Amino acid sequence: MLEPKHVEGIHNKHKVFLYTLTTCGWCRKTKALLQELGVAYDYVDVDDQEGGNKELAKQEVLKWNPACSFPTIILDDKECVVGFSEIRIRKLAAE
Amino acid sequence: MSRIADERVAEVWARLVLEAQEAGYFVNPDDAFARDLVRGLLENEARYGYRACPCRLASGERGRDLDLVCPCDYRDADLDEYGTCYCALYVSPEISRGEKTATSIPDRRRVGGPPASAEEMERVHVAGLTFPVWRCKVCGYLCARPQPPLVCPVCKAGKERFERFM
Repeated sequence: MLEPKHVEGIHNKHKVFLYTLTTCGWCRKTKALLQELGVAYDYVDVDDQEGGNKELAKQEVLKWNPACSFPTIILDDKECVVGFSEIRIRKLAAE
Repeated sequence: MSRIADERVAEVWARLVLEAQEAGYFVNPDDAFARDLVRGLLENEARYGYRACPCRLASGERGRDLDLVCPCDYRDADLDEYGTCYCALYVSPEISRGEKTATSIPDRRRVGGPPASAEEMERVHVAGLTFPVWRCKVCGYLCARPQPPLVCPVCKAGKERFERFM
């Protein structure tokens, strides 16, 4: 079972879920911008998962993003944003 | 907290900048961003034993990840097309001068790495060569000698990143 970490925020309108790598600059930028804007989100650092959870997390990413690249951002369980997209993230806080 | 000491990051970053300059490459001008990438490379070295790209998920098996050991096999193609490599450690001269900004780009690496059959590129057979010609898969450096060099003199990639070219 994956155990996502939660980050609180004042913008809760959308469910924001991130698959990230701890070492990745774009993943770090994505998390930092969400926090700066106060958007609540959950995330799983895929490279930090132990044992079977790493493969499990990878399979989850592949369902949304066949390139299995990071960050993979899932909005409201229906929209997938791949990579650091400043415009899309700012929209989340503006809505 | 990172287990990599700041001094170690600074030391590796300084060497990387120097090697990039000498080889005609440019690095990201956002110092904090670039240092974090170097820290990521060292984190990967600590956990996998090699400096896998910080922005890609390594398998943990060196043989399967050779193409994404930094500098990765895709750096130069990405620099040509997007002006930045995938993690944005290496960038175009324009971006390094701050005239343009590096953005997140799509990964050109095939999921799981290059197929085994593509390992050996189609060779050009030239009769009568005194020495085989070896090609560095990272930067394209060519040399004619019995074996590839231990380290590519241009991009510093290891011997295992060379392929037989002719």
